[in-house]
Parts: sequence; C-alpha cells; structure tokens
Amino acid sequence: MNDDSYFAIPPYSLNKESKHALLSETLNSLTRHHYQACWQYRRIIDAIQFDTTPSRSYYDLPFLPVRLFKEYDLLSIDKAAVIKTMTSSGTSGQQVSRIFLDSATAVRQTKALSKIVASYFGQKRLPMLILDSSAVIENRAMFSARSAGILGFSMFSCDRIYALDENMNLDGEGIAAFLEKHEGKNILLFGFTFIIWQHFYKELKRTGFRPDLSKGTILHGGGWKKLADQAVSPTAFKKALHEVCGIQRVYDYYGMIEQTGSIYMECECGHLHASIFSDVIIRRARDFSVADIGEKGIIQVLSILPGSYPGHSLLTEDEGVLLGEDDCPCGRLGKYFSISGRLKNAEIRGCSDTYADRTR
Amino acid sequence: MQIEPDKIEFLGSSAPVLDGMTSLRAFRPFADEICQFLNALSQSLMTDKEAKVYPDVITFGFFCRKGNIEKLKETYKSRISNRLGRGVTFHIAPSNVPINFAYSLVCGLLSGNACIVRAPTKSFPQTGIVCRAIQQIFENDTFRTLKNHIAIVRYNQNNDITAYLSSLCDVRIIWGGDDTIHEIRKIPIPPRAFDLTFADRYSLCVIQAAAYLEKSDPIKTAQDFYNDTYLYDQNACSSPRLMVWIGSHEAICEAKGKFWDAVHECIKERYALEPVIAVDKFTALCRCAIDQIGVMQEKMPDNLIDRIRIETLFPDLDQYRCAGGSFLEYDDRSLDALAAIITRKYQTLSYIGFRPEDLQEWILSNRLSGIDRIVPVGKTADFGPIWDGYDLISFLSRICDIH
Repeated sequence: MNDDSYFAIPPYSLNKESKHALLSETLNSLTRHHYQACWQYRRIIDAIQFDTTPSRSYYDLPFLPVRLFKEYDLLSIDKAAVIKTMTSSGTSGQQVSRIFLDSATAVRQTKALSKIVASYFGQKRLPMLILDSSAVIENRAMFSARSAGILGFSMFSCDRIYALDENMNLDGEGIAAFLEKHEGKNILLFGFTFIIWQHFYKELKRTGFRPDLSKGTILHGGGWKKLADQAVSPTAFKKALHEVCGIQRVYDYYGMIEQTGSIYMECECGHLHASIFSDVIIRRARDFSVADIGEKGIIQVLSILPGSYPGHSLLTEDEGVLLGEDDCPCGRLGKYFSISGRLKNAEIRGCSDTYADRTR
Repeated sequence: MQIEPDKIEFLGSSAPVLDGMTSLRAFRPFADEICQFLNALSQSLMTDKEAKVYPDVITFGFFCRKGNIEKLKETYKSRISNRLGRGVTFHIAPSNVPINFAYSLVCGLLSGNACIVRAPTKSFPQTGIVCRAIQQIFENDTFRTLKNHIAIVRYNQNNDITAYLSSLCDVRIIWGGDDTIHEIRKIPIPPRAFDLTFADRYSLCVIQAAAYLEKSDPIKTAQDFYNDTYLYDQNACSSPRLMVWIGSHEAICEAKGKFWDAVHECIKERYALEPVIAVDKFTALCRCAIDQIGVMQEKMPDNLIDRIRIETLFPDLDQYRCAGGSFLEYDDRSLDALAAIITRKYQTLSYIGFRPEDLQEWILSNRLSGIDRIVPVGKTADFGPIWDGYDLISFLSRICDIH
C-alpha cells in the first residue's frame, strides 16, 4: 500500500485482523529496507540469525533496544539526505538519543500526527496556547523532544502564543489578551506534563490568576516520572487543573522521540490508544513472549513511519499493561493500554561501583 | 581536624575514641586475642537465628571459626614471627556488597591492626547482624580491651569525615569501583601511609570440553557455576563473563549443550530476572554485534542466560560486560589466543578440566599482566587473605628486621 492510501484510512478505524494484515505488510518491508540500508541494523539481525525474506506477523519481527540510539548514529539513508536531527531531552550529563530524518520520514511524521490530532479535535485549526517558553525552540539546528513536540503540534493551530516567557515565568497578561481575542472559541493547550504542573498550574495557584479555560483542551505528554515523585496522580493532575482554570478536557499522550508522529493518545476513558500508524506489544521480561491482557510487561513500540533510521520496532524501557483491543468504550478500534512507568533499576548484588554515584 | 561527630553512626560498639586509635599498640599477626575474638564471633553468628537466612553471613561465620583461622595461621607461620600490625587500617567497603566489610575487617585484625571500617551507606540486614554479634562479644569482659581496636562506622558521603579518618590511618583499603578509588585518592593520607586498592576487574572461565564431558557431573558443575554467577547476579568482579571452551569442535558443541542445559535447569526456578536486566543483556548483545564482526546470539529457551558467541578474542572485550547472566563465548583448540588479550584488568580464572598448576605456568611463562587467581568453578567468590594478587596479611603488617 502506498502512503497516500495508508494516510487516507481513519486512524482508529481498523479492527484487529485488518490492522494486523496492514501492519505486518508494512513492517516486514521496513525490516527488509533497514536490513539493506543500515549496516549496524544488519549486523544485529544477522547476530540474532533472523531471516528477513519470508513475510511474518509483525509480532515475530525483531526489535532494537531503544537505548542503542543513544550510543550509535543509526541511519538508513545517506548522511547528506538528513534534513533534521532530533534529540531526546535528557537531563544534563545523560546521553541523548539522536534521530536522523530525511524529508520523506519527516513528512510521514507530520501526516500521521495530523491525522491523529484531527481525529480528536477536528480538521479545523484551533487557537493554541503553548504551555512552555518560546526559548525552547529558538535553537533550530537541534530539535529536542520538547521543541519537536511544540512545533509538531503548532502546525494544527491557527494562532498561537507561549504562556511562559524566556525565564519560564507565566505571562498572565499575554494569556488574558489571547483569551479575549479568541473568546467563545475552543482553545487547544499543549505542553509537557511536568512543565504544566510546575510552571502553569503552580503559578496559577500561587498568583490567584484564574483564566477561564472551560472551553479549552489540554494535550500533554512527556511522562509522569517527575510528578510521580511528587505523588501527583493523573487524576489529581486533572482535578487540580480544573480547579485553577475550569478546564475539563485533559488528554495525556505517550510518545517518544524515536517514533515521533505516531503518538498514543489518551481517550475520554483515560486509556492510551494505538492508531493504525503504530502498535504496542507488551512483552514478558523472562523470554520476551507476548503478555496477556492485564499483565504488566516491557513495552515494545512499532511504527510504520521511520524510513530514514531503523526505529520501526523498538523495545522501550517502559512498563505497561494492555487493557484491551477493539473494545474500548470510547469506540476507537485498536489496542488500548496504560503505562506503569520506567523499568526499575535492578537491585544489583555484587562488587561494582555504586558508591561512586554518591561521591560525585 | 574538625568533623561533626553526629554525622557518623557507630555500629558494633559505642563510639570509641577515634583519635586514640593511633596510640594503641599493634598486635602481632594472628595474635591469640584476635583469634579468640574471631572464634567467638563465629560461634555467635553460626547460632544466630536471623543469620541463617543469609548464606553470606553464615559463610563468613564459618570463615572465622577457630579451625579455619588456625589453618591460615599455619600457612603464615614462617613469615609472621618478625611482624607487627602497621597500626590503624581504614577500610572503605563497597556500598553494595553487604558482607565485604566484615572480611576486610578480619584481614585488618588478623594482621594486627586497629581497624576503622566504613560500612555501606545503605543498611543491609547482614551489616546489622554482624555488628550486633560484635557488640555482644564486647559485653563479655574477656574481649573488653579489644573494644577500642574496632570502629565500624557508617556515614553519608562526606569528604570531611573521610579526610579525618584517612588522617588517622597507616593503610587505607579502598574497595572499588574505579571511580570510588579515584575520588578517595584525592583525599590525603599521612606520609608513611599507603592505599591498597581493589579496582574493577574482569573474570573468565576456561573449560576443557573433553574433560568436562568425561569427568564432570553436570548437575554439580551447574550448581558450582550458579554460585559463581547468578547467586550474586554475576556482578562480583570474580564472576566469570567470558567463557573459553578448549577442544575439538565436536567436543565443544556437545559440552556446551550439556553445560548450559544443566545451568538453565539449575536456575530456572530460582533466579528472578529483573525486566531491566533482560533489556540490558539484549542491549549488550546488540552493541557487541554492531562493533564486532561475526557475533552470534546462541539460542536459549528464554532470557535467563544470554550467550554471545564471538569469532575472535579482541582487546577490550570487557566493555560488553553486563550483569545478570550475560556471557561471551569463544572456542579454540588451545589457550594461545587468550594469552594475547589478557590485561591488568583480568582477575579470576576459573576452570573445569584443567590442572591449576598448568594454568599458573601458562600465565607465568607467558608473562601475562593480568589474572591473579586460579580457582575451580564454584570457588570464585571464596574469600582469602590473598586477593587481587595482594597478600593482605603481609601488606597490612610491617617487618621488624634483624640484619
């Protein structure tokens, strides 16, 4: 199937069998493509003695550990064809993933994202309040996860402002003016979960500024780790935001820089959904076999988008639970699941260095 | 030097006068008082109800018993008559091996020293059990005089405290990681003192395939190998990570099948594989496959054992080390190729089907810069006063020479 007909399919319209056939076809051919085009990928596939020739169920295709993108520059295109390099937003000192895009892959990412977003918020572009600082996107050469997210989602807006100034302070006047200008309209708010909490919610709470966002929808992503550290649950997050600005629709999404575009959106029932552009497979640590519905395991993510780098099938370092397939009360077809968090660091016994972590 | 004493927690006894330790008189190695104290410690641990749950504590208790210490003393007999402890030894134990601090302490004591031991910051039950036993022994009048010779301390990372304790010592014993050693070394010690460091090491196992097939009991060997590896998540420096099989192609194939089947059988019910370890091990395979030519994953029924077959022995293969059951495997007809890659990093050589004398001769005649220990499979974690190529009793005592 070519791209045009693929992107013409509504993103949550295929049941298990149809999606399985479509993903298997596309992902098998991507596996062959990367095997031919990326020598590092080829060496791994050879080492695990996997034959890419016969077509198989996408459940049986190999996956790469997502960490490899932090240690190696993995490309399936000529370096000259790279139009954009995206990096994960690691905290300082951490290694970051480097993802190389050619124009074809970049276009596919945008198309997939717009299909997913449109299926939630409609085709019509909405005014967008970005719950972040404009400073984040000023460095255009390197696209971090934050700037890529902001720019990616901005494309679906008709007018936009940043809610935070370059010092991450809340721009109350700017927000008030923006809301006045778009009074009565639906507003899209976008940001990263922790930044929304720290710099938007807490500031509203502290200052007593109460913008009316009852017609707004928040879309947020980036993970719960930092909020979990502060013991803020998703429910508490939604409730707290409602209290300070009357917002009712708060949607989380799960995605990663290594598979930009094919994000997993939260539905009205609070479940994350796989679109036809991607899928999750929950795997058991013991043997990487497929876990049952309701059984916690390591999340494998598959996406039909990556053509310029071998990132179409990745083993993440997140744990999650498959909640069901094709039968979410929200009506969307495909798998729905929840994230349990990052894989826990092992309690290692033995005599290697842990003391040093504390000396530094 | 000023330190804040309330930041130090004293385990095993009420706070001894740390400054006073430098004026204590050192014992002769294997002094009767010390041997009796260790025997009392052994008895206390071997009968401790809580200790029974921790095989490492029981093994340590067994190590301290009279019979074993006397046997050790016998081996040192000719070399210790003109020796005394150096004075004060400061032991910095790694923060994730619960029992290591206790062995380090025993070596300091047996050599004749007063010992300051920094126990792991993290509180392990094992630390508590050993320290409580020591405390009880000190309540007995017989050992009252020894009380000032032992200070087991615990404190959160604090360079002032480490500097203060370092200023008191004659020998500072730093159990690694390389980064720890690097950090601690920045802190000075008195002019005549020195550091004894136990850095990150790499260990391997050599197996004579034909001999394994003929003579070994696969189940017993698998249990021994389990003790070397999975018992401590394959994370001890002495735990083998490289498996070198020697013999004909046929013999090696058969031996490998038998060996790994038995190991898998041995661990499948009792080793709990952490999800992050499964991912780490798979990542190690991918890294190795990218960097090296001809890498093959050996198929196993699950992720408990990860075997990475390599075509050649290349330098720095220790960079693919990964805890939790990840092994590089290499086949050859002789040990010749292996000699070429042995560096200072290599510590323990465990073996099946070799004569240890032959392996020792192989190391000495090839003048290899690494491998300090040759032990049969199953014994890699056994502690002795000779470790990492150092004889701790000799290093921690001084010679009073007549010339």
